[in-house]
Amino acid sequence: MYTLSSKLKLTAIIFMIVGAIGLVIGFIQAPSNLDDVREMMAAEEHHGEASHSEAGEANFAEAEHGMLLDDEPGRHAEEGHSTEAGAHDTEHLEHTLHQLQNKPWAAIYVAAFFFFMISLGVLAFYALQYASQAGWSPVLFRVMEAITAYLVPGGIIMFVLLALSGFHLNHLFVWMDPEVVAHDEIIQNKTAYLNVPFFLIRAAIFLAGWFLFRHFLVRNSRRLDEATDNYYFKKNFKLAAGFLVFFLISESIMSWDWIMSLDPHWFSTLFGWYVFSSMFVSGITVIALVSIYLKSRGYLTFVNNSHIHDLAKFMFGISIFWTYLWFSQFMLIWYSNIPEEVVYFISRIENYGLPFFGMVVLNFVFPLLVLMNSDYKRVNWFVVMTGIVILIGHYLDVFTMVMPATVGESWFIGIPEISAVLFFGGLFTFVVFNALTKAPLLAKRNPFIKESEHFHY
Amino acid sequence: MASKVIHAIYNDDDLLLQAVKQVREARYHIGEIYTPMPVHGLDKAMGLEPTRLAITSFLYGVVGLTVSVVMMNFIMIEDWPQDIGGKPSFSYIENMPAFVPIMFELTVFFAAHLMVITFYMRSKLWPFKQAENPDVRTTDDMFLMEVDAANHNVDELTKFLYDTGAAEIKLIDNK
Repeated sequence: MYTLSSKLKLTAIIFMIVGAIGLVIGFIQAPSNLDDVREMMAAEEHHGEASHSEAGEANFAEAEHGMLLDDEPGRHAEEGHSTEAGAHDTEHLEHTLHQLQNKPWAAIYVAAFFFFMISLGVLAFYALQYASQAGWSPVLFRVMEAITAYLVPGGIIMFVLLALSGFHLNHLFVWMDPEVVAHDEIIQNKTAYLNVPFFLIRAAIFLAGWFLFRHFLVRNSRRLDEATDNYYFKKNFKLAAGFLVFFLISESIMSWDWIMSLDPHWFSTLFGWYVFSSMFVSGITVIALVSIYLKSRGYLTFVNNSHIHDLAKFMFGISIFWTYLWFSQFMLIWYSNIPEEVVYFISRIENYGLPFFGMVVLNFVFPLLVLMNSDYKRVNWFVVMTGIVILIGHYLDVFTMVMPATVGESWFIGIPEISAVLFFGGLFTFVVFNALTKAPLLAKRNPFIKESEHFHY
Repeated sequence: MASKVIHAIYNDDDLLLQAVKQVREARYHIGEIYTPMPVHGLDKAMGLEPTRLAITSFLYGVVGLTVSVVMMNFIMIEDWPQDIGGKPSFSYIENMPAFVPIMFELTVFFAAHLMVITFYMRSKLWPFKQAENPDVRTTDDMFLMEVDAANHNVDELTKFLYDTGAAEIKLIDNK
């Protein structure tokens, strides 16, 4: 049996507290009206000025002029002429205001979804092991079960966030705003599907389905330990096959709903697969990281480096699969260059160049080169290092999927983003390692456990 | 050349794998093993060095990638630039996404084909090559282990091999 060390527990709780404080600061810092935005922009101008302080007086004058221009709407209003330009500028400011108000919400949304998708990806991987009757993996079942324990709290948090959007506490989803819909014919045509009640009902059905499948799969696995025959194993086999069917449909629709509908005009037919590959590779990476951590603490003595090798092979393979989908989506849209489709990538390349292309390096080039060699897949620190890079890369992947539609060009990885990752990372660690203490680390009655223990490649 | 070798024939791959471990533990030298199908883990049991085929495959892949880059640059940019889908071929980097499928395919093509050819060469397999296996049954359902008799006692070795589960043993004298 695993016991949660007080050090790990404390670390997780500190992460959560620091994260929560950071989130509160993020919400306080968000501007509440136009004047705040104006002030923030002026402050940014000052920053720019300070860094160029060595420049000549002419530059200084120019900067001053820039500031004047920035302040123009106020002046124009006072002077009472050219109201049109003023209105235009106010509109721009309002736009920025909405983006900055969305920023802490979007930061929470990205981090919450990221950790939720890890546990969902692990559940899919776990079900796949049962459905394919894999012989190598049963020694890792308890680790996988523990990671899926985060599904329930993570899923509830996701639902609460979606419901808050539905009740207009934030404006992450533009199609939820009736004023926007009133002026937008494309969204009007989609309201039969994209409306708040149906949206929340779908989310509830999917989450309930995943919770139930997870509950019964884990319960049967625990009962199998005490059983005298393979009844629960056969039951789990059928359950896992059923789950995979339900999962592939629900996951696809979930990714349209929770992520793709942030850009309600845009669509991509392989989006479900794309999100799936991201969650799958992150999930497998976390299985490897948790296993290696537990081994380093003297647990999981029956996990040998062949098991780690297999997990690393999956990390390598699914990273390439993710790239394949990323590129398929990108190249077709880039080549055909149809305006309504290509806006998606234009907004990302223009405003998100570094995270958008950086994540391809982290998620593809890095694992490709590091994990290509067969021997490196057995070296723990190589797997850990690549795993951390892959997780950062897939966080950025979710980031570039969500942020352009919610905060636009006003993005920045600052206090709210990092705090949200700390908070949900701490919660995830706490829930997962707490769940590990609930059952023996070896699923001893699994019919493949002998094969798995002797697994040697 | 080793003068005397013993051919021990087994009829099961698990048995063979077990026997290989015992023979090596007893410090006898295994010359070669002929099997009708690949036996998983045999190379490790025999203590063979890991294959370097993967390294050659990687290098061939790099060659393929380079060929595709140079080839597409010549065809699409230098030799006959066209305007395809409003994307005129003025620069390689701006048209690069369109060439990625070709890069990928040629990388795989070079890596796969040249690796297989290397494998054939390294295994001394080429057209009209005479088969080297000493017993035709190794192409059907028998596993043959060739053990160096060298200066061991042949009777003792024979008995030892029978104990490891050999179904049939032959002494081959090469003079």
